[in-house]
Amino acid sequence: MRLEPIKNPSLGRKLVPPALALTTTIVIASLLAMLAGANPFSVLGLILKGAFGSQFALLETLNRATPLIFTGLAVAVAFRAKFWNIGAEAQLYAGALMTVLLGTGFLPWPSAALLPVIILASILAGAFLLLIPALLKTRFGVDEVVTTLLFNFIFLLFISMLLEGPLKDPMGMGWPKSARLIPEARLPRIFEGLRLHWGFALALISAVGVWVIQTRSTLGYEMRAVGLNKQAAAFAGIPINLVLVKTALLSGGLAALAGFSEVAGLKGSLTLDLSPGFGYTGIIVAMLALLNPLGVVVAALFVAGIFVGADSMSRAADVPTYLADIMLAVALLLMVLAIMLARFRVVRD
Amino acid sequence: MEIIEILFTASFWAAAIRIASPLIFATLGELICERAGVLNLGIEGIMVAGAFAGWMAVYSGTGLWVGVCVAMIVGMGFGLLHSILTVPFGLSQHVVGLGVTLLATSSTYYAYRLALPEVTSPPKIQAFQPYEIPILSDIPLLGPALFSQTPLTYLAFILVAVVAVVLYRTPLGLAVRAAGENPAAVAAQGLSVTAIRMGAVMFGSGLMAVGGAFLTMSAFDSFFFEMVNGRGWICIALVVFGSWRPGKALLGAVLFAAFDALQIRVQQTSLGTQIPYQIFLMMPYILSILALVVMSRRAEVPAALMVPFNKGER
Repeated sequence: MRLEPIKNPSLGRKLVPPALALTTTIVIASLLAMLAGANPFSVLGLILKGAFGSQFALLETLNRATPLIFTGLAVAVAFRAKFWNIGAEAQLYAGALMTVLLGTGFLPWPSAALLPVIILASILAGAFLLLIPALLKTRFGVDEVVTTLLFNFIFLLFISMLLEGPLKDPMGMGWPKSARLIPEARLPRIFEGLRLHWGFALALISAVGVWVIQTRSTLGYEMRAVGLNKQAAAFAGIPINLVLVKTALLSGGLAALAGFSEVAGLKGSLTLDLSPGFGYTGIIVAMLALLNPLGVVVAALFVAGIFVGADSMSRAADVPTYLADIMLAVALLLMVLAIMLARFRVVRD
Repeated sequence: MEIIEILFTASFWAAAIRIASPLIFATLGELICERAGVLNLGIEGIMVAGAFAGWMAVYSGTGLWVGVCVAMIVGMGFGLLHSILTVPFGLSQHVVGLGVTLLATSSTYYAYRLALPEVTSPPKIQAFQPYEIPILSDIPLLGPALFSQTPLTYLAFILVAVVAVVLYRTPLGLAVRAAGENPAAVAAQGLSVTAIRMGAVMFGSGLMAVGGAFLTMSAFDSFFFEMVNGRGWICIALVVFGSWRPGKALLGAVLFAAFDALQIRVQQTSLGTQIPYQIFLMMPYILSILALVVMSRRAEVPAALMVPFNKGER
């Protein structure tokens, strides 16, 4: 078999494969639920209800989506330039670390001055962390996939070391956790009485910001050009290495905001279980969004909904929560296939 | 001083060879995939799946070697999925690989929870026991280190030689290497690039799964979550370190494992207890990155690595 590009794909050609991918994902999830001895319809219903069925559920989903929007944007920005940042998890912790370093009393300032400084410092920390793999790539030709992946392990151990050493909360009853943020360093809630913090708003603003950069700026154009065809971009006079470094700084900064928002908006202190893999899940979010920054918001809500829904489903129906991860993996693989099939025709020879 | 003494103990080298064994299997697997032109980032998840599948088979009553075969088959299954998406459909090898890792890991955890819903501590199996090779195991230092290992370790070393011979001395190996260097030339010979690449990815994935199974069936005797713990990613670094050659990759795996065994022992010395243990745990990852920096300049990357081949396209 071989693949032939389709010049002008029809609407059906564009819509049917993604729809089939989604349907197949649901069918596979149902079969797995049956394997666990549960009724697939009630399992799917419980996931939906747990994710969007009540005000509490909806707020939980929005809160869970917040870090995923940031990491999803970080991945989308990087992948667009074919810079494979798999290290959003480490950059997230870099932002969280900076938040805790500055926000636990080191800077006794009012919120209006403190929060912008923390945000900026977090962005810089994440950007710096990704700068190292970026420079290793541009200077030495070291593949960034491996370095960013290994950085995740190194940086998490570094955080663990700090939490058991200099950053350990003396009031923490021996647990490896940092001291709590001072009230001025906390992100307030958007609406009084509703458990949703300004981190979510910041995530939406970032998504729009990234969209503007990608579609309206020279850097966005250069990033796309480098991603599409390096040789052509170089021929057109685009400084590839510089663009890659800028991409890395932007991507690392965005991922760090996830850590800032989780600590300042939700948790109030830094622990080793701050992120249950938000950095890795960001890759799924970005791919489901076709690397479109505004699509990232939608994809993050979808992914967060599946996770939150699966948590509550698991308690009610006694099906392991890993069902959510399987659904997302299947959705990811089928979706990249579906998008390809919308643009290419499979020809037998 | 203490560190030098450690280097001359047989138990240290025995541990190094033991730690190297799963890495050798998985690195060989990745090497075969990449030699055929396919980067397989499914490695981490496939190792998890292999670790569980082999152990689960033995736990349900099959023999140990049957367990190894089960792991291999499960690995090949994920390899088939990976290769269908990346070879004939030519999808992004990064995205598919990460997707396969996520799928393999999550479905393994799901299966574990379904198979053993009640357990708090993971049950144990009767794992592979060390087999002392007669005469050879009596050599001082070398004997206990190299020739008192479990059968799976011997298999790992034999496989390095077999893969090297097949890659460099047989038409099959030539076809695999050519598929990774110049697929158009392979197609011009009337061979199917698709079939060669898919076969290589499936076989390679099978080896990755056996590497995972080594952990549950030889190094330890039960299955834990997170037990693969980044070994797959390290194997990807080892392939680069070994310049895509089986012999050099073996050397890299043993060096890496020796370093890992050393850091465990130094942790317990008087010097080591003054340093946070996390520093020691970081070392293998830092070492991998440094090795990549040193080797990447000289590395002879397969020319068509990560380049999909679509017949009729120029």
